[in-house]
This record gives sequence, structure tokens and C-alpha cells, in this order.
Amino acid sequence: MDLSTETEERATVVHVNEDRIDAAVAIEFKEAMRGATAEAPGRIVLDLSQVQFIDSSGLGAIVASMKLLGGDRRMALAGLTPTVAKVFRLTRMDSIFDVFDSVEGALTAGAARG
Amino acid sequence: MHARLPSPISISVRSGARAPRMALARLMSGLAPLHLDVEEAGTVELVLAEVLNNICEHAYAEAEDAGVIELSCRQGPGGLIFGVTDDGHPMPNGQTPLGMQADLDVDLMDMPEGGFGWFLIQDLAKDVRYERQGGRNHLSLRIAVAVLPPI
Repeated sequence: MDLSTETEERATVVHVNEDRIDAAVAIEFKEAMRGATAEAPGRIVLDLSQVQFIDSSGLGAIVASMKLLGGDRRMALAGLTPTVAKVFRLTRMDSIFDVFDSVEGALTAGAARG
Repeated sequence: MHARLPSPISISVRSGARAPRMALARLMSGLAPLHLDVEEAGTVELVLAEVLNNICEHAYAEAEDAGVIELSCRQGPGGLIFGVTDDGHPMPNGQTPLGMQADLDVDLMDMPEGGFGWFLIQDLAKDVRYERQGGRNHLSLRIAVAVLPPI
């Protein structure tokens, strides 16, 4: 599971450099997210712009990653491609994350909110 | 434009962690002549991913249970009709789960991490039918894409 992180002001951006988060890699994804976010400061912006496909296991792994942050740190999702957006919309999971078109949008919104 | 599938698709894979990916890659390349748009292709891939994942995780739950999964696809008047057959354990109670929408009216830390699969299948597919016959599971379903015009 190829994740890369960038530390911005008051936020950490986690880029998912994979085209799928599915059942085959869901556990691996969650463990990689645990490593990427454990010591990361601020809110987390998960950049999904390279991910073309997730299934329900991938969705579950993203929810689990959000819960790993504990209740006090937020996770925003950025750059959802059509099929990924569809899975979040149908399951209504888009309502429990802050969803943005792009990483830049997520960072700007976060800065404005303070 | 009404693209037609030149012939029915038939795919056979051995169950395992990578089996759904392998079967889906072959299915989606078999469907290429239909020129499905990204929305339609996403629906097909998502529904079949959930079906195949369920077989690998439940029907063939234990490593020693591993077996064959057969996936077929043909184009009917109401869209694409899929058949999926395996030799694994039967569905609990002999029927497919209802696939209710998960309850999200809970604390953030209690958000569900699973149970979305059958909801997605029931929401996106039509005519979902399950039968246990001769020790095999037969699931069929229809997805209303690539619908042929009336004759």
C-alpha cells in the first residue's frame, strides 16, 4: 500500500498512490493509515484522486482509519473519482466526512475555519 | 447507439484474496465492446465486486474450503444479466440478506465499518435471485445498463 504524506499548516495530507482500495488490500490500507496518521499533526486530508475504485471493504477501511484518529481529530476526503463518490453517496457515508473536490479546497476550507 | 456484446462472457477463477480482482479485470475487459460510461462501468464493477467478495469471505470462508467461482454475463432486453456460481457454504437461512442501509445515527466512534455489501447489491441490481441446487450456490442478477432496444 503506497501512501505518501505532506505536512501543511494545521493539516496532514495523505496521498493514496494506488488505483484500488478493495477487499484484497483493506487491512493493509488500514495499517498503513495507522502508521501515516499516528504522529501526524492537525486534521487529516485523505487525497483519493488516484483511486478509481473502492468496494465496501475499502469503504470500511477508510471509516476505520477515521476512527483511529480518535474522536478529536477530523478527516477530510478530497478528489473523489466517480465510482468512489458513488460508494460514499449510496451508503450515505459522505455525511460523516468533510468531502472536497480537491486537496487545495480541503486545505483552504480548513484554514478559513481556523 | 446500442452496442452489443459479441457473445456471452464466461469466467472461472479459484477463490482467494486476489480472485475478485482477477475476475473483475477479465469481466471489465470482456465488456469493453459495450463502451459503458464511467458511471455504468462503476456500477457493474461494484456490484460484482461485492458478490465475489462475499463468496470468498463467506461461502469459501476457510482456506481448506477454497473452490471455483464461475461468473457469466449475457446481454438481455433489460440490461446485463449475470450468473455467479460457487460450491461453497450456502447462504444463511437459504436466502440473500435484505441489505438494509446501515444506521449512521450513532457516535462517530461507533460508525459501522462493514455490512454495506448487500445493501449496495440490492440497491444497484435488479432481479436478484438465489438458489441452492446440487450443493452449489447460484446467484443471478440484472444490472440495467447496455439495455437493448425493443425489437
